[in-house]
Amino acid sequence: MRDVAIVSFAQSVAQFEHERNEVEILMPVVQEAVGASGMERSELDFTCSGSSDFLQGQPFAFVMALDAVGAWPPIKESHVEQDGAWALFEAWVKIQTGDVDSALVYGFGKSASGDLPEVLSLSLDPYCVTPLWPDLDSVNALQARAWMEKNGRTERDLAEIVQRNRHNAIDNPHAIHKGDVSIDELLAAPHIASPLRESDCAGKADGASCIVLVAGDKAKEVCERPVWIRGFDHRVDPAALGVRDLTTSASARIAGEKAGVGKDKIDVAELYAPYSHQEAILRESLGLGDEVEINPSGGALGGHVLMSCGLQRIGEAAARIASGKADRGLGHATHGAALQQNLICVLEGE
Amino acid sequence: MAELCGIVGIGQTQLAAKRIDVSMPGLVREAALRALEDAGLGWQDIDALVIGKAPDTFEGCVLPELYLADALGCAGKPLLRVHTAGSVGGSTAAVAASMIQGGIYDRVLTVAYEKQSESNAMWGLTISAPFGVSVVAGAGGFFAPLVRGYMRRSGAPDDIGILTAVKDRQNALKNPYAHLKLPDISYEMVKESPMLWDPIRYLETCPSSDGACAMVLAREDLADKAPHRPAWVHATAMRSEPTMFAGRDAINPEAGKVCARELYAKAGITNPRKEIDCAEVYVPFAWFEAMWLENLGFAPEGEGWKSVQDGSTALDGDIPFNMSGGVLSSNPIGASGMLRFAEAAMQVRGQAGEHQIEKARKALGHAYGGGSQYFSMWIVGAEKP
Repeated sequence: MRDVAIVSFAQSVAQFEHERNEVEILMPVVQEAVGASGMERSELDFTCSGSSDFLQGQPFAFVMALDAVGAWPPIKESHVEQDGAWALFEAWVKIQTGDVDSALVYGFGKSASGDLPEVLSLSLDPYCVTPLWPDLDSVNALQARAWMEKNGRTERDLAEIVQRNRHNAIDNPHAIHKGDVSIDELLAAPHIASPLRESDCAGKADGASCIVLVAGDKAKEVCERPVWIRGFDHRVDPAALGVRDLTTSASARIAGEKAGVGKDKIDVAELYAPYSHQEAILRESLGLGDEVEINPSGGALGGHVLMSCGLQRIGEAAARIASGKADRGLGHATHGAALQQNLICVLEGE
Repeated sequence: MAELCGIVGIGQTQLAAKRIDVSMPGLVREAALRALEDAGLGWQDIDALVIGKAPDTFEGCVLPELYLADALGCAGKPLLRVHTAGSVGGSTAAVAASMIQGGIYDRVLTVAYEKQSESNAMWGLTISAPFGVSVVAGAGGFFAPLVRGYMRRSGAPDDIGILTAVKDRQNALKNPYAHLKLPDISYEMVKESPMLWDPIRYLETCPSSDGACAMVLAREDLADKAPHRPAWVHATAMRSEPTMFAGRDAINPEAGKVCARELYAKAGITNPRKEIDCAEVYVPFAWFEAMWLENLGFAPEGEGWKSVQDGSTALDGDIPFNMSGGVLSSNPIGASGMLRFAEAAMQVRGQAGEHQIEKARKALGHAYGGGSQYFSMWIVGAEKP
């Protein structure tokens, strides 16, 4: 395997973007990441992105994003209809082939103008489930209920997760759900899908993020403390809710094992948990103990940009390592209802 | 140094206007099971799945790969979903190959599909961004001016599209999987068909199809042990450029030219016309055969139409194009690129039945998408590179 490092990361504020389109949101983020990479845009061999046509309500919507990243002369480029974290995986694979030595990777989404939980109802079984129009908050609430009952946990446990993430988000300029709030205050709010309250759901925001990857010695040249990718794996579970144990995540467990999470001490983990209970399920499935700092950024609960949030988690973990606050960490991404698909990227400083 | 990648299994579905006999999972399984059978493998032998399709709006399912994971035996495995506009079927295969070449997995199943009968893809393509202006003309409305521009620029006679349309439909009669079968296809029949987007006639246009294609790719030592002769990936290349800006040549796009140049350089090809035995090229509107002959370096600029006119691209010509009948005969958009890549591999494996080119040792698979701005290509060979 070739050594590949994250040398820069940039993200927009996770907010409702009333005036900017995707290209306008993306352009400054890409420029910031390229500017901080120590590389020229023209030196970055490969470009790969993640987004969803459906959020933009237009076929081939990602095509216009090319205007934001510079595609002239023509570029080696690819796109996944997944979170940008999977675009990062594709770029990492491409670097492993030896065909390219560096990559610009971005994820973006503009979902705040629609009813996201309802739009995502269309991602379920189109013949037997979608016609019932279960919104995604409700589907994930089934998982929360199952997890609580199995483990003897309560809504107070969920509120504690929300409280900690919102506290962590205070120092994150890109988060929007932040501030110190009491458990009782959180529990006083009504359910939106029992046992979940609005604060348990990451909600929706518009935004973008970008990571620059560089292989081998070049990464050391351009970056004071490159953050090396030491393990990278992703797995998917069956979609049907009735054929998997919702109280755990088999796919996260396998991805964590394959990526080598347990090989050494993890200092920091950024988990993409769009619902509060999922943070606990992921911790258990990945075997992360109390000594691991979880979501110092405030995680998805601090601000949730669908199609970018996973790439942001990897970027946040990398930033923590680059700054010297941590030596080994992981970024996690998820997709689908009730943690169906999971990706783990294990990162290390020198 | 990259690992060698062999194509050890190929499967495709019956391509048709409406496959109401199968669900979406049924459609993708039909192709995947045929590819596995060809490879002599089962689901348990596959390490990862790479799936491709065009816009989710075509079926009205968001991120359908999540739902299809079960049907494709993917539980507990890696799943990547590629989407690069019309070139996606080709890109999906190229990304799957990179997973073998990069030493990540031993065997990868790659599947591309579209079930266009779930909606109206032609008009689905014309939806524009909120508050934007749509030309409401479908893909044909977008590409017709490019064809007109090519005709003006090259001075080609105005029946070149008719010649390609007849040839590809004749080839489709030899392909048991092809959608559009017109036994009495003729020059007159195409010429008399209604003009849809001047200068593109009804029969110079691709149909709208349901269908899927699948391939099993394997590491060299595993491919060596495959029950049937593998095709070897000699090179892959992908290129993109923006949709519009002053000075862009949309008729003979730079992205296609540099993509082909990189591809040939990687495959050690200096004279594509001589060294490539046959090509399966993405031609959704008949005139694009002449245009891509030039863009891909098979003919000098302005002279691609001559190779259509003199029969060079027919099955018995010196550079056969679209032996399967091509996109003009079957177009499940998300799968169309992979069908091109798969046909190239079938040719060098000697699997192409009645549309087999004798002594095909090296073949090109090509796909393009967006506003002639996304390109993916591969060269496959009967021998190892």
